[in-house]
Amino acid sequence: MTNPSATQADAMITLTHVEKWYGAFKALHDVTMSVHQGEKIVLCGPSGSGKSTLIRCINSLEPHQKGEIRVDGIVLGPNAKAIDAIRREVGMVFQQFNLFPHLTVLENCMLAPMRALGLAKSEAESRARALLERVKIAEQAAKYPAQLSGGQQQRVAIARALCMQPKVMLFDEPTSALDPEMVKEVLDTMIGLAEDGMTMICVTHEMGFARQVADRVIFMADGAIVEQAPPAEFFSNPAHERTRKFLGEILNH
Amino acid sequence: MDYQLDFTPVIDGLPDLLLGCLGTFLLAICGMLLAIVIGIGGVILRTSPYKAARWAMIGFVEVIRNTPFLVQIFFLYFALPLAGLRLDPTPTAIIALGINGGAYAIEIIRGGVQSISKGQMEAGLALGLHKAQVFRFIILKPALRAIFPSLTSQFVLLTLTSSVASAISAYELTAVSQRIESDSFRSFEVYFTVTAFYLVISWLMMRLFAFFSARYFAYPVK
Repeated sequence: MTNPSATQADAMITLTHVEKWYGAFKALHDVTMSVHQGEKIVLCGPSGSGKSTLIRCINSLEPHQKGEIRVDGIVLGPNAKAIDAIRREVGMVFQQFNLFPHLTVLENCMLAPMRALGLAKSEAESRARALLERVKIAEQAAKYPAQLSGGQQQRVAIARALCMQPKVMLFDEPTSALDPEMVKEVLDTMIGLAEDGMTMICVTHEMGFARQVADRVIFMADGAIVEQAPPAEFFSNPAHERTRKFLGEILNH
Repeated sequence: MDYQLDFTPVIDGLPDLLLGCLGTFLLAICGMLLAIVIGIGGVILRTSPYKAARWAMIGFVEVIRNTPFLVQIFFLYFALPLAGLRLDPTPTAIIALGINGGAYAIEIIRGGVQSISKGQMEAGLALGLHKAQVFRFIILKPALRAIFPSLTSQFVLLTLTSSVASAISAYELTAVSQRIESDSFRSFEVYFTVTAFYLVISWLMMRLFAFFSARYFAYPVK
């Protein structure tokens, strides 16, 4: 299993004393963490605790003001080249899917490989079809996003991100906008991805998923990491009062 | 009423009037194409990170929207030669219509761009696309679709505004009808006919836009 105090060398992502403000509001407070290659992290915490902000800083959708973020050896800074390089290696799945409504499922998956990686159309298409197959939605390739259910849309969003062949996948509450009966199909897709060895950081309240898949659960509150532990330990023996309270709230309903 | 209707001059002038209709179409279509280019380019500048570009666009839109088109077209017609650019009335009218329509299009298209959820931009960036690529491949089409009805009425207005180009004797329907009227003094008959022609032209324009919209924006939304 994994060791939370990973060395720099085998870490895919490291955050060192990262701080972020929105104006006067401090959204991230001295966050230091690292994620190994192939490691699956579940990030949880009450709303407003900074978990989404944290993963959005990793691919620079939000700028951070202090500290260092390093992905696969690339240091994220104001340098646009580094941002480009990191975004090509880091895939992201959003709560609201954010599929492009004017493009078919297939075109959604082909756009970035063609425009950001310069792939030929035929190559982008075969890659897209293979990944749509992998998320079990190949038969919908010619449809538009609005013609799919939420669960199908989110699986397409996962395939779209995978088409860039990322080394890391970030999930920002991927099942929160879904009707309950569609949560499983998306989680199953994510479990499959985890089993294939993808490095993943998932912001989610799906504690069943955390138990099954996570190597480590990180609990955040008020912009800071409160504690992190392998799921068995995290759920059975949380160290902090704040964590116990949170788990009590989300597990007892 | 002892006024005797006499459509003979109109009937005799029909070939000229139909050519005038074509002239109006030409002015309108070319003016619109230019207006779309100015509109999209203007939105890019208007939303760019460069303050000077944003302010230049704000100034441009304010000047055009708060001065009469007749003055604008005269200004171009008499100012361009001073700048060494001697153009015939018809190209001048196209440029004037394009600039005027473009200023309105900037504000309309900007509204469309703002109506697109921030998540679309973020999804594009997260996929490794640059901002300009996100605008071109992800934002633009849904933004145009959102404001296409407004753009259609603005461009029908532009078509009708092209009649002002008769003031610099560009070749279009109003100029032709003025000539027939002054030759025949059959003012009512001439303008009655011209009114009907403009109605047909507007209707055709709307059909054209509806056709384009059905082709280009034919994707389902929830």
